[in-house]
This record gives sequence, C-alpha cells and structure tokens, in this order.
Amino acid sequence: MEKKWEEMSPGEKRETRFATWSSPKLPDGKDFQFQSPEAEVNYKARVQRFKDVIELKKPDRVPILIMSTFMPANLHGVLPYDVMYDTDKLKTAYTKFMVEYEPDYYITPAFAGNGKIFEILDYKLLRWPGHGIPKEASGYQYVEGEYMKPEDYPALIDDPSDFWLRTYMPRIFGALEPLKMIPPFTDHWEPVMAGPNMIPFGIPPVQEALKALMEAGNEAMAWIQQIGAIEESFMSMGFVNAAGGAAKAPFDYLADTLRGSRGIMMDMYRRPDMLLKAMERITPIAIKSGVGGATIQRNPVIFLPLHRGADGFMSDEQFRKFYWPQLKAVLVGLINEGCVPALFCEGGYNTRLQYLKELPKASTLWIFDRTDMVRVKKVLGNTIAIAGNVPAGLLLTGTVDDVKAYCKNLIDVIGKGGGYMMANGTGMDEGKADTIHAMIDFTKEYGVYQ
Amino acid sequence: MAGKLAKLLSDLKEPEALEYVEKALAKGSDPMGLLGEAKEGMNIVGQRFASGKYFIPELVFSGEILKSIVQMLEPHLKKGEEAERLGKVIVGTVAGDIHDIGKDLVVFMLDVSGFEVTDLGIDVSAQKFVDAINNTGSTVVGLSGFLTLAFDSMKETVDAIVKAGLRDKVKIMIGGGQIDEQVKSYTGADAYGKDAMEAVTLTKGWIGG
Repeated sequence: MEKKWEEMSPGEKRETRFATWSSPKLPDGKDFQFQSPEAEVNYKARVQRFKDVIELKKPDRVPILIMSTFMPANLHGVLPYDVMYDTDKLKTAYTKFMVEYEPDYYITPAFAGNGKIFEILDYKLLRWPGHGIPKEASGYQYVEGEYMKPEDYPALIDDPSDFWLRTYMPRIFGALEPLKMIPPFTDHWEPVMAGPNMIPFGIPPVQEALKALMEAGNEAMAWIQQIGAIEESFMSMGFVNAAGGAAKAPFDYLADTLRGSRGIMMDMYRRPDMLLKAMERITPIAIKSGVGGATIQRNPVIFLPLHRGADGFMSDEQFRKFYWPQLKAVLVGLINEGCVPALFCEGGYNTRLQYLKELPKASTLWIFDRTDMVRVKKVLGNTIAIAGNVPAGLLLTGTVDDVKAYCKNLIDVIGKGGGYMMANGTGMDEGKADTIHAMIDFTKEYGVYQ
Repeated sequence: MAGKLAKLLSDLKEPEALEYVEKALAKGSDPMGLLGEAKEGMNIVGQRFASGKYFIPELVFSGEILKSIVQMLEPHLKKGEEAERLGKVIVGTVAGDIHDIGKDLVVFMLDVSGFEVTDLGIDVSAQKFVDAINNTGSTVVGLSGFLTLAFDSMKETVDAIVKAGLRDKVKIMIGGGQIDEQVKSYTGADAYGKDAMEAVTLTKGWIGG
C-alpha cells in the first residue's frame, strides 16, 4: 500500500515531488503531450540533471539556467512595456528566446508582470514602463518605502493576515485604500452581529475598492491562462520551469517591502524584540506559501531571492541573530515537505559560508553572484549544490572569448565531480546575443561529464 | 582621546547621546564644539566601517543619531560657521536608474569625511553631470547604478564629460550593484569602488585629506 503523505520522510516526499515534476500531467489527470518524443526525452533529462545536481552527483552534463526578467524581450527588440501589456508580444519574444538559445531551465514569463493589473490597483511598489519611468525603459524598478510603520509591529504580530488586509494592502495599492475602513473579519463571531458587520461593505469607497479587486481579478484570470499556455508550450518543447514556488528569508520579508532598508536597520537597534517576534510569525507563513506553490505547479523547486543578509549588509552577530536562524527555519520547513530551496545570493556571501554547513546535505541549491566560488566548492562542496557566478558585467560588456574562458574555469573547478549548475550571477533585464549564446553553447559542449 | 559625545555617538548610544546634547546646551556649552565632537564621532564610525567592525546598519543608524543632534544644535549655530571642506565631489545615480540607497551611503560617507558633496539625486542625465561639473568646479564625480542598464548610462555620462572637454579636470568613480573592473573598463571611468568606504578612499587619493 502507498504511504500517506504525512507518513513519508522528507526524502520520500522529495522523491515523490521529483517524480511528479518529471512526468507532467494535464489538469484533468491525463499525461501531458510533448510535441515530439525527442522533446519528452529532453524534458526528462533536464529534470534528471537538476536532481543530480541537488544530490551532488555528476549529471550527464552541466545544466544551464539563465536568470532573466526582461532579457528575452530586450534581446529580440521588443519593449518590456509591450510584454507587460500585450501577452501575444510576450509569447512571441519569450518563445523566440527559448527556441534560439535553448537553456535547460527558464524563469517564468509571469515575472514580466501585468501592467494593466498594476494600473487598476494603482500599485505603489513598482515604477514600470509608461508609469513613472519612460515607456522605452528596459524593465520595472522597485520603489522602496516604509510601507509598514514602526508602530505597526504589534498589529502584524497579533494577526498577520488582518494586518496585511486592512493596513498593508491599502498602503501598497492606491485603489484598495478604502479597505482600511472594513472591520476585522474576526469580528464575525455572533449571529446577531452578522447584519451590522456588513455595513462597512455598503460604504461607496469600499465598494469601489472591491470593484477594483474584481476588475484586477478578471484581468489576472485572462492573463494567467495565457501565461499558462506559454509555459505549456515551453514544456511541450522540452524546457523546464526553474521553480514551482517562492519564499524569502523572514528578515527580507520585512526589509524589502514592509519596513524598507532604513526602517529595518533602525529596528535592529530600536526594537529588536519586536523584529524577532514579527519574524517568528512570518516564518510559518513563508513555508506555507512556498510549499503551496510547489504543489500547485508540480515542481519542487522554491526560489528564494536573498537580499539583506549579504556581505556588508549586516555584522556577523546581526546575521546570527536576525537573519540566519529564521532563514534556516524556512529552509528546513521547505525541505521537510520535500521541496528543494534554490537560494539566489545577490552580492557576496563570503562571510556567511560557514553557516550553510548546518543545512541538511544535498538538499539545497545556492546560486551565487559575487562569492568566491573556489572557497564555496572547498567549504561546501559536500553540503550544498552550487550554481551561478557568471557576472552580468561580463555578459553585457565582455567578448565571446572572455565568456567562454570564464565558463570553462567554472566547469573545470566548480563543476568538478558534479553538483554544479551554470548560471548567471543576477536576474538580468538586458542581454547580448553573442555572449549569452556563448555561455549556453559552450557549456553544452564543454560541460559534458565523462 | 575622543570626547564624551563622540564616544556616545560612535558607540551608537542614541538616547544617551541626545540627552548629553540637551544637557550640554542647557548648561551653555559651545554648539560648535558639540558639532565638532559629533563629527569626530562620525569619523570613528567611518573608521570602524573601514575596519570591518561596523556595517551598513551602523552607518545608517549613526546617521540618524547625527541628524537628531544637528537638529538640536541648529537653532544655536550662527550662520557661516561651516567648517573648511577638503574638496568638492559630485554624486548621482545615472540616467534610467532610480535606486538611491547605495548612492545615499556614498554621499553620507563623503560628507562626514569632510568633502563638499553635490548630490544630484537619481535618474541623472549625462548633461546634468556636465552642468554640475561646470557649476561647482568639483574635481571628483561619482556615478552610481544598481541596474545593469547603468553600464550604458555610465558610459554615456563619461562620454559626455569627454565631449564637454572636462575629462582631464575630473576623476570619475563608479559603483553599485553589478559594477566591477570589467564594467569600469567599458565605461571609461577611472576607478570603481565596491562600497561607500572605497568611495572615500578613492576621493582622498585624488583630492587629498
């Protein structure tokens, strides 16, 4: 008899998730149809390569991940503005990219975002082409702010969902500002109050906010069906989505989009206990959100972009107190559910490497940007799978020969014995055709294991 | 030996430092003397950052404490009491890029290190940099950029400075996000720095101080 999910060990859960990833199904449960037997073989080989790397084994060759946001659009002369507002243009540009470059794994085109949804909701966290930055801009840009105030900590700690709904959402979406007028949903506890509790939903501005939500929902539903179709077509060609879900370090949750850089740094000094308590509340939420994505997408990989724990951003003491224990708890939580955390370490991680040894062996993938790769291999080669390190500067301003030499060194030194995935060091909006081709084609040729 | 205020500020003792200033002012202490001590404190912060004892949070936090101290001192300071500056520097985030955190740290560190900094802000066009060089007579220009699009904006800015005939009058440093030696060569800048302290070291090397 098959074991129930909750009776499985983390390793058994992971095996199950990999098997699901390797044999995709249609929503009705039938087998997914590839465009050719060769495409199916390629798809399965790519999943197997990923699995081999995670297990620190030698795959048939070094696999390749290109981390990009608008690179496929910019490489093909299509404006990011166009792909944010016209899914047909998104499909054309991103499909061209996959067909011409053939990386093993791709970053979902959904990361391009949908300009119409942002407009309907009056989204404050981004400036995007045509909105705050020129229509010709090469991508969107993040607007940092103190979207959560210091005095909001108790509300977040008491009831995160209520804080998100009635305080945070009204601040980051202009159209949802009236939601701050609705009462907490936990007020609904007594039948005689069921009528009176609906009064706020009759207030015209609240109704406008609800209409905006419905309008955004309609747009999102149409958009995601098209994105889904694009991804299915990539899969039918044998390409593999790099991730199923996403999560973050609890510190980054607060630092990136809630408190902002300045706010969070003050918090470490002025209200450290509140900060710790808030992260404790966020940890299970981060795990649940990541696992949920992996299950729905039938892909075990959880992408975690790491930001404020990089070299220089905090002291070792602060890292040990405010960053690492909470991040480790998220990683262990994900691993226990059979997921594979893929952590993207933008900047340098040289001063943090010793902590990574505490992780369960052969369970995580770390994509490095500017970290000393030789030291990573030496210190952590038996613990974590390693990826990355091809610099954006090299790819955008270097020559084909420079790129080949750089990749050769990575394959020779870091790829030795397996456990390595070729990847660029940061998510890129721009691209340069000859160097991106060189990175991919050279790795396919030279990165074959004997 | 650092004064009491310099020590409190450099040790990031916020309430104690503010209380000290309040009491000193009430007792009639010289506000310029207190400001001098606060600057001495910031110098110690800078040294600790350079030596790897302090990190970005300490820079930012000390800056916040300094801001509060200056606010308390300001009503007591006579105009024109500004201390001598070592030299002039222009700093800005290049065209197309709206990120300011790294740029602000560089401005802050240059300022507390005694330089007169013209902060042009974010998304600064090449022409604005050229105009600022002409208007201020600054001899060092710092170009900041977080996104990869900044590579080309930086190159265009350096080119515009060359075209304006100002290239031999200024030293140009670049920094931020994905900037490295490779990008430095591409843009035609004189140097790149990987953090705010390196910006200070480069500037000191060029201007002195």
